[in-house]
Amino acid sequence: MSEAVFAHRMQFAFTVMFHYLFPILTMGLGFFIAWYSTLHLVTKDKRYLDAAQFWAKIFAINFALGVVTGIPLEFEFGTNWSRFSSFGGGVFGQMLPLEGVYAFFLESGFLGMFLAGERRVGRTLHWLSGMGVAFGSLLSGYFIVATNAWMQHPVGYELDPSGGVRLTSFWAVLLNPYAGWEYAHTINGSLLAAAFVIGGVGAFYLLSNRHLEFARLSVKTAVIAGVILALTQLFPTGDLNGASVVQYQPTKLAAMEGLFQTQKGAPLAIIGMPDTGNEDLIDPIYVPDFLSFLAYGNIHATVDGLAKYSKDLWPPVELTYYSYHIMVGLGTIFIAEMLMGLFLLWRRKLYSSRWFLWMLMLTVPFPYIANEAGWVVSEVGRQPWLVYGLLMTPAGTSTNVAAGETVFTMMGFAGIYAMLSILFLFLVARLIHQGPDKSTPAAG
Amino acid sequence: MNVAWFWALSAMLTAYAVLDGYDLGVGMLSLWVARGEDQRRMAVNSIGPVWNGNEVWLLAAGGMLVVSFPRVYASGFSGFYLALMVLLWLLILRGISIEFRNQVADPLWKSLWDAGFSVSSLLVALLLGVALGNVIQGLPIGPNGYFQGSFALLLNPYSLLTGLLSVAVLAWHGANYLREKTEGSLLAKAVKWSRGLWWWTAAMVVVVTMATFIFRPNAGRNFSAHALAWAFPLLTLGGLLLGLAYRSEQRNDQAFYSSMLLIIGLMGSAMLTVFPNLLTSTVDSQYSLNIYNAASSPLALRASFIANIVGMAGVIVYSTYVHRTFRGKVRMDGGHY
Repeated sequence: MSEAVFAHRMQFAFTVMFHYLFPILTMGLGFFIAWYSTLHLVTKDKRYLDAAQFWAKIFAINFALGVVTGIPLEFEFGTNWSRFSSFGGGVFGQMLPLEGVYAFFLESGFLGMFLAGERRVGRTLHWLSGMGVAFGSLLSGYFIVATNAWMQHPVGYELDPSGGVRLTSFWAVLLNPYAGWEYAHTINGSLLAAAFVIGGVGAFYLLSNRHLEFARLSVKTAVIAGVILALTQLFPTGDLNGASVVQYQPTKLAAMEGLFQTQKGAPLAIIGMPDTGNEDLIDPIYVPDFLSFLAYGNIHATVDGLAKYSKDLWPPVELTYYSYHIMVGLGTIFIAEMLMGLFLLWRRKLYSSRWFLWMLMLTVPFPYIANEAGWVVSEVGRQPWLVYGLLMTPAGTSTNVAAGETVFTMMGFAGIYAMLSILFLFLVARLIHQGPDKSTPAAG
Repeated sequence: MNVAWFWALSAMLTAYAVLDGYDLGVGMLSLWVARGEDQRRMAVNSIGPVWNGNEVWLLAAGGMLVVSFPRVYASGFSGFYLALMVLLWLLILRGISIEFRNQVADPLWKSLWDAGFSVSSLLVALLLGVALGNVIQGLPIGPNGYFQGSFALLLNPYSLLTGLLSVAVLAWHGANYLREKTEGSLLAKAVKWSRGLWWWTAAMVVVVTMATFIFRPNAGRNFSAHALAWAFPLLTLGGLLLGLAYRSEQRNDQAFYSSMLLIIGLMGSAMLTVFPNLLTSTVDSQYSLNIYNAASSPLALRASFIANIVGMAGVIVYSTYVHRTFRGKVRMDGGHY
């Protein structure tokens, strides 16, 4: 891989992973804001309005950062990956403007109204704008996932004799079979992260004996939603997203599982370290036959190992393998943690079990890690293809941009994003410190 | 279909220029026109609920360019690499300046973000003008459809002139927006600035129009071929004349429309100067990327056109509604900004 290709890849990886930290929360939190707004509309209970307004402030900061860090990604399709744009813009590009047209306009227009407050726009319209924000954030994810799904599993195209691909069906691209469960898994992960953030902040208030009413509502919301979401993250969304990988991307599957040799009755590696030199796992713990069962529903099924493929078609095995195992490991922890919370809620001990509240507060970063790790599996595991089976990654870069230019702008992004991170943490910590009782932060 | 997409993209970019134009203008002016916390806060609040939506027009236009003319997107964006990255950094700085300034009640904190807001708005307007200037003038596109755009190449005399035109027009547009939205001492200053900026705008329009015929000798081609094309230069002129007519305080609510017309006229004229090319090659005219050789397949053009038109119809309906909700003078109660 040439320096220029490496620089383009690093810049995209860095800017997309940083950007994604914000949509992880907004896509999920929008739903909870709409949920609290609806409860307020129905019950007229002011607690729900306070909660919705508080989370809208957190949402607003995340949304602003999501927008400003998201624009670079769209640009990078052209600036860094111009040959990819030229190759497939007419096909994968179908989804890109729709995100703006169908989702972002909705989201940004109604967020302004929601933040202006109930007094300014009236109760019903305020509720409606909350719904608009939630719907817009959920929808924006779909178009991006559908774009990505085309890179995972290209559909609705034919090869153009003059180079590149031509669209044959808009609907095939929009309703790509790969996109459905990928989207469900992504959004579910986002909702789960939002539940953890809500629970974490609630736990913090309970532990420090402040804003108790809000805190109890938050922890309860988090635990109930968390149990459901942690379970649906595994099944059906995770399982069926995995099924698409089994069906369409054998090399990714083998790298995820660290399976080097093609086997009948393949075992599932719980832990172990991949050794690509000897094509084996070091210190593994296996569950016999289980991978065959997961992949094909049959313990005797044959699963293809990496050795079946030429080494230049392997994705980076270590990164794919570890990211996958981190994601699944954390997912298991989420299920256990939330079930514990549900048990405590049932025993009426949830708000007084300080050990659990500590845990809930400290595990807030985990769903972020799991979400990012999941995308690393998806994107690194797709390598060396930019469009699976169709276009190799090095063939998609801009040849008129030198490695030196990309490294230079990468340093710029690193500096700016470091500054953004500090500001973000400072402002969110400040909002949490002020708590839900204060109606407006620092008015004047 | 190729022609329809050309005009759809032009309309998107023009809408972006009109909408984000006024908040860029307010940004540029805020440091100099608005003095003291009350005036600054009023200026930022006048655009607070809408700036983000306005920027989505650029994002959506970018997405539409990918799907309709992918080779232009590929060539233009990679060629303008460094300039676009700087633009992105400025847009980031600008966005967080607006969103963060009111998060902490501290005068130093606010001055920092006020400066960030103003300087980044000014530079964004300048860069966008420079980019447009280069598109009009042409770029050294080679046989493979690509070029390498260093700053030494992009910052040429003609493009700097269009950059200055962009700054002048958007500053005037922003001042007109402030005339509609603000009250009291800030309003009085906005009226004064709007008058002064009208002269700068008019002067730059004349200079750039003359320069265009020097730097792009065939600029008049479409205008001599189609009488209808004159509508856009006439709109430009009309906008300027209306601006003159609306300079008094009694016309604060209408002034905005004069600069809006001017921007529509200028953008339309610029598009007609290059049509049917999108990126003109200065090396050899057969390397130019036009609406035919750079376009997606007919089906791709048709499908995306329908999908986007349907969506945009909805956007226009509720954006109008959102803008109407915030119509009239900006209110300073509660508020996030």
